[in-house]
Amino acid sequence: MFGRLTWDAIPFDQPIPLITSIVVLLIIAAVVIWVWRKGWWPYLWSEWITSTDHKRIGVMYIVLALVMLIRGFADALMMRAQQSLAIGASQGYLPPEHYDQIFSAHGTIMIFFMAMPFVIGLMNFAVPLQLGVRDVAFPTMNNVSFWLTASGALLVNLSLFIGEFARTGWLAFPPLSEKAFSPGVGVDYYLVALQISGVGTLLTGVNFVTTILKIRAPGMSYMRMPVFCWTALASNLLIIAAFPVLTATYAMLMLDRYLGFHFFTNDGGGNSMLYMNLIWVWGHPEVYILALPAFGVFSEVAATFSGKPLFGYRSMVFATMAICIISFCVWLHHFFTMGAGADVNAIFGIASMIIAVPTGVKIFNWLFTMYGGRVRFNTPIYYLIGFMVTFAIGGMTGVLLAIPPVDFVVHNSLFLVAHFHNVIIGLVVFGVMAGYTYWFPKAFGFTLDERLGKIIFWCWFIGFYLAWMPEYALGFMGATRRLQHISDPSWTPYLTVAMIGALIILLGIVLTIVQLLYSIATRDRRRDVTGDPWDGRTLEWLTLSPPPHYNFAVLPDVHGEEAYWTRKLTAIREEKLIEEPKYEPIEMPLNTPVGVLCAFFASITGFAVIWYIWWLAILGLLGSFVAMVWYAWRDEHEHVIPVDVVRANARERRRVRQELLAELIKAP
Amino acid sequence: MRSRFRGAARVSLTVIALLLTSACNRGVLDPVGPVGRAEKTILINSTAIMLAIIIPTMIATLAVAWWFRASNKKAQYRPDWEYSGAVEMVVWSIPALTVLLLGGIAWIGSHDLDPAKPLPSKNPPVNVEVVSLDWKWLFIYPDQGIATVNQLVIPAGTPVNFKLTSATVWNVFFVPQLGTMIYTMPRMADRLNLQADKVGVYDGISGHFSGDGFPGMQFKVHALPPQQFAAWAASARSGPALDGATYDQLQKPSSYVKPQTYGSVAPGLFDAIVANRAPLPISPRTSPPALHVSPKPPLGHASNVR
Amino acid sequence: MTATEAAAIGLTHAGSEDTGLGNRGPQSKSIVVPYGFWLFVLSDIVLFSALFATYAALSHATDGGPTSKQLFDRNLVAVETMALLLSSFVCGLAIIAAKRRNMLWTQAWLFVTGLLGLVFLAIELSEFAHMISIGAGPQRSAFLSSFFTLVGCHGAHVTAGLLWIGTMMAQIWAKGFDRAHVIRRLLCLSIFWHALDIIWVAIFTIVYLIGTLP
Repeated sequence: MFGRLTWDAIPFDQPIPLITSIVVLLIIAAVVIWVWRKGWWPYLWSEWITSTDHKRIGVMYIVLALVMLIRGFADALMMRAQQSLAIGASQGYLPPEHYDQIFSAHGTIMIFFMAMPFVIGLMNFAVPLQLGVRDVAFPTMNNVSFWLTASGALLVNLSLFIGEFARTGWLAFPPLSEKAFSPGVGVDYYLVALQISGVGTLLTGVNFVTTILKIRAPGMSYMRMPVFCWTALASNLLIIAAFPVLTATYAMLMLDRYLGFHFFTNDGGGNSMLYMNLIWVWGHPEVYILALPAFGVFSEVAATFSGKPLFGYRSMVFATMAICIISFCVWLHHFFTMGAGADVNAIFGIASMIIAVPTGVKIFNWLFTMYGGRVRFNTPIYYLIGFMVTFAIGGMTGVLLAIPPVDFVVHNSLFLVAHFHNVIIGLVVFGVMAGYTYWFPKAFGFTLDERLGKIIFWCWFIGFYLAWMPEYALGFMGATRRLQHISDPSWTPYLTVAMIGALIILLGIVLTIVQLLYSIATRDRRRDVTGDPWDGRTLEWLTLSPPPHYNFAVLPDVHGEEAYWTRKLTAIREEKLIEEPKYEPIEMPLNTPVGVLCAFFASITGFAVIWYIWWLAILGLLGSFVAMVWYAWRDEHEHVIPVDVVRANARERRRVRQELLAELIKAP
Repeated sequence: MRSRFRGAARVSLTVIALLLTSACNRGVLDPVGPVGRAEKTILINSTAIMLAIIIPTMIATLAVAWWFRASNKKAQYRPDWEYSGAVEMVVWSIPALTVLLLGGIAWIGSHDLDPAKPLPSKNPPVNVEVVSLDWKWLFIYPDQGIATVNQLVIPAGTPVNFKLTSATVWNVFFVPQLGTMIYTMPRMADRLNLQADKVGVYDGISGHFSGDGFPGMQFKVHALPPQQFAAWAASARSGPALDGATYDQLQKPSSYVKPQTYGSVAPGLFDAIVANRAPLPISPRTSPPALHVSPKPPLGHASNVR
Repeated sequence: MTATEAAAIGLTHAGSEDTGLGNRGPQSKSIVVPYGFWLFVLSDIVLFSALFATYAALSHATDGGPTSKQLFDRNLVAVETMALLLSSFVCGLAIIAAKRRNMLWTQAWLFVTGLLGLVFLAIELSEFAHMISIGAGPQRSAFLSSFFTLVGCHGAHVTAGLLWIGTMMAQIWAKGFDRAHVIRRLLCLSIFWHALDIIWVAIFTIVYLIGTLP
């Protein structure tokens, strides 16, 4: 009746997951009740949960990412603590069965449910605004994508309360992940959750490539797009090209586990090395899916806060697309030590190094953007400079790892782990934090507190170096990754320093939440009245903050690169705003519950498949199908925003802009 | 602001230097054989080449950001300077030339240090067959007819020719001070060549997570003078036999296993494990032995002469 | 038909709206929706590529069991292929009928498309059942696992297509041809159906023809 699900699945005998589960459930209950008491559920349902507005969906993605950051970092702290304690005779406080789940969950959550949603959230929010249009190509599909991602996150976290998580690492290599060696439910949680969220991500890829290539403001040719949109294009092209490989690979592993197929098994002719190849054909483009938008954020930040256009726009575009293509040609560098032979190893090593060329060019171009500028040291610039310095080291260690004979002695060691945290924290985390700070006022109408913002930066920066530089050293000392127990006591000082670094980062994360709450509480002091708090250069700064649902009353005409900057300069020179355009009523897509419904049924189906409850799985699939057909049957897709509303909003905007213009004319 | 940045840079560089220098013992930076030494040389040289690029870049980043800060009225504001052919040329050339150089090192190094490539030596190589089990290491000496668990004894100054496989899941055979590591995979056999020049005891580990008992997969490598090695091999022959029944016991999951020596080995045990014919925890379906994963060295090479 | 009618069902690229330089502003839904759907189809082709690559890697991993030469029947595959190719042709006829807003013939041709797809599936399922009954099921060897998954994944896509055809038939019946989104969906369905044909051509070449070479 309930498949493999029994009361034993609940960790009554394991204090850590049990207490965590109870606390989390209490917090969720408290939040739900508080929202209900405040009467906010109808508002949340109609304005957020069912919203097809890219800005709202972007914010929801980032909220998901921040919550998952806390969960993923809790795992990190537990790992650091275990490695600081379990030295020599001590076995620490986490037996292997738990430690193995924790590092697997840490990697899975941080990549799939923190970094991806954060990056996708930023792209969701900013790309249509920067392109000067009203929304993405497929707004409903956008909503579905978000909720499917959330469904995956839900399932992964559910494994803490019911059952267990995978103990195989974040990529679940066979043979360890096969039924014979991982008979429990953990790997199934991992596979099912990621298959569901993978569908969501793929749909995002289709959505954004279509948007960027087909839906731009009049006059915005390709070479007039902001660089963030180019990097979003490259990232989403990679999503379309890489995620289906992940889907296929996980499906094959699921077939092995559920139906006894022999893709990667030890018997029957299975080939586990095949999995290594397939998963990294996805895995390497995945890191560029994360990296490219972060590069894009830094391009925007560098230009805006230097008061200068981005140096070498065409180079940056070319470098971006080169990185996009080459990232598909390097996957074997993740397993040089599997004995592929010197020729194959060398070719992939050289290809991996070639990626460093466009990346290096980008660093220099940001440097030359600041050169000759007037650099304003707001929080995003701190992140830019911190990134440039930190990523240089990470890139260097990456090129080192790309040299096969070097990799032969540091593969899978803490040197490797330090390298990828170096680039992920130095580039992706710093990038999304910069983007978060940069676009926050556009989303909410007030800026975040600057002082706290800088303290948070320093926590991340100092914490990163303390946490990860010792790991580089440990890698050289022969430390491999994923060790639940350390046998060499001479490693203790390094691990202690790393623990301190982790605690400093913890402070940074806590302060991020504090900054958000404090900024909301004191928002009147930092209102973004004009919609252009940073003296921006791209079209999102044309609107008021937050923009109306439809973004622009009339789509802006684009006449050159840096559309908004040119418009501003023209207005200052001519001392007047552009002529008031003719306003029309605007059709915008309706909200719809189909996203949250599909995700609901997907979660049910997923849970049922994990626990072998077949009747429930079939019901879940039927439910999704019915929800989709019911949605497809509707005749009204859009609602009309009357021209009076459009005109009133636009005139308010013009009034505010007139005041801003008067100030700009006075003070050049 | 300026002093804070400079200060931070100074502190971090010092910390890094301290950490790295003390990391120079008993690890990859303290090699005892030709393979490890060559790899360390490539590592140090490549790092030096790249530091020569990135350190000036990092300093330039801080310096440019500092000099062109908005409050500095002395800095020249050039709001339209967004392209320069000369700068682009330099900016593309520096990484390209670096990559060209390192690419050459990668090509040559990959070929010189190919794990399957036998090491040149006037001494004939010692053959060792390595099997990773859950969660210990079995070393079979086919020429001496003995085997050990979690203890690898080799003669110093002599190349060791490894053939490796796994009885269960992936592991990585790794002795940091000897150099190159390599995966052990079930149903496959790959090749590795290493050598210890100095007499001593070195740590060995598994370099790929393989399950709950993984941290206990440690072993010691004893590099003995050649005569002592021969004496040890002879004395080991009095140990218990590693036959089918003993192997069956051995492959049951266990971790932190104490070193053990076997005086005789069932003939063809390694090949049987590779072919999945030895008693294993998974279904005993038979199949022909898999190809060697590492490509064979070219014809006419010393190792092809038996 | 008139230009307006053509525009209404999204079949026009009148005046080549999209010059590729992006100067004319956001494109119309009649261009954007099929474009996005093509991207999705491309991603599906990537999925199949991964399965093809797996098949190529595992095609000789028969574990002492049956090989492709012993198992595949070219005649059966020829009949399957004709059914699927014919169904693609008939799908095209359905689209032409829809352009002409002819309810009877649209439904009829869609029905025949579905029927031929069903014939294809029936033959494929009987092939699978036969193989399983003689001990050549997907659990026998890696080669068979990859065969069943590659061909079966295509069959699953055909099944999904059949569900879609049924739903579209119902929707066109209920709503008629007046609504642009209904016609756009029909176009997407036909893109999907033709793409399945393309994949099938690759499958019968790589799996069945090459697998039964003397």
